[in-house]
Amino acid sequence: MVEQGHDESPTGYIVHHLKHLKVGDGFWTFHVDTLLVSGSLAALVAYVLYCGARSGARVSGAPSGLRAVVEWIYEFVDDSVADIYHGNRSFLVALGFSLFTWVVAMNAMDLLPLDVPGTVAGFFGAEFFRAVPTADLNGTVAMALVIFTLIVGYAIRAKGIGGYLHEWISSPFGSNPLLWLPNILLNAIELISKPISLSMRLFGNMYSGEILFMLIALLGMGFAVSIGGIALFIGQVVFGAAWSIFHILIVLLQAYIFMMLPIVYIAMAEEHH
Amino acid sequence: MTINATFIGQIIVFLILLWFIAKFVTPMMAETIGERNRKIADGLAAADKGQKDLAEATNRANEVIREARDRAKQIEDHAARRSNEAIEMAKQTAQTESARIVSAAREDASTETGRAREQLRREFGSLVVSGAARLLEREVDAKTHAQLLDKLAEDITRG
Repeated sequence: MVEQGHDESPTGYIVHHLKHLKVGDGFWTFHVDTLLVSGSLAALVAYVLYCGARSGARVSGAPSGLRAVVEWIYEFVDDSVADIYHGNRSFLVALGFSLFTWVVAMNAMDLLPLDVPGTVAGFFGAEFFRAVPTADLNGTVAMALVIFTLIVGYAIRAKGIGGYLHEWISSPFGSNPLLWLPNILLNAIELISKPISLSMRLFGNMYSGEILFMLIALLGMGFAVSIGGIALFIGQVVFGAAWSIFHILIVLLQAYIFMMLPIVYIAMAEEHH
Repeated sequence: MTINATFIGQIIVFLILLWFIAKFVTPMMAETIGERNRKIADGLAAADKGQKDLAEATNRANEVIREARDRAKQIEDHAARRSNEAIEMAKQTAQTESARIVSAAREDASTETGRAREQLRREFGSLVVSGAARLLEREVDAKTHAQLLDKLAEDITRG
């Protein structure tokens, strides 16, 4: 079960599975596995959605097949955005649409059998491979940073540079010069907490899910090394299946949250205080 | 679990995906779904209009039927009145006709009676004359006693 003859202790197994396939050094390290998986999934999502949007793009008659699925997701996102944001929402729909579909695809990598991606990557000579880009903090922080930029951008677009800066010093306490510092402090915390909570939430959920899959897999390892450990094997199958099924919910729920919160933040940023 | 340059790559991947979706996928979806929604709305509006038209047509038909019924009633009334009038007129005509016939008959009868009476008187006159002649055994000159005889006949008939 553990590839390339590493430390076969439970700790070694887990540590091995938490190592990225990387190139580079120091800050300029790239997690090749994260980039590869998320990039391919982005391409896959884009391709599938494009095919869905193109296929049978007819107006009359009920949509069918892939088209119906894509339309269903699109209308779900569109309705969600329309509830929150009252303005020209075409870009926000595209944002929510790509966030939701991409994050679902990346989260769903957690449902692959734990050792399969690593084993497959092993054929190509990769020593380590983590298949879930959203269980890599870099993956979630990257999306959160884009969303952060959009929040600030939408706020400035709605209020102008002057109005936006004025809000920094005058809200929420008031525009008295004595209150400028508290205002700025609070605004900074409020603004920074958004991308941090956003990225940490998704990362934490997927990371913990991954760890739990590893622990469940360890049951099977116990079976392999101990005599009469058939109960452990059964435990692995039962718990693995149960956690996988439950994880489907987490996969979708976290993707939904990761789609909705940016929209909420952007809608809030446009509000005048 | 460390932040490194990977996130720069992730940002680029995300921006490309976002750009692609915003440029190619959502506009197409919005367009077709919007168009379909418009079509559905149009269809519903058309159905509404059809229903309203139907109601209007039903009303109109009912009105026409009521009008026709009124008209038929009118015609019926008129016909009844006309027939009554005709019957009345025929009755009247018949009455005058019968009166005329009766009076003509009566006139005929009286003429006939007069004629019969005249004849009877004449015959009675000659009978009287021949009777008297036989009684007197001599010929009564009818011409000389015509006046007397006439008077006599007249007395007889009258009296």
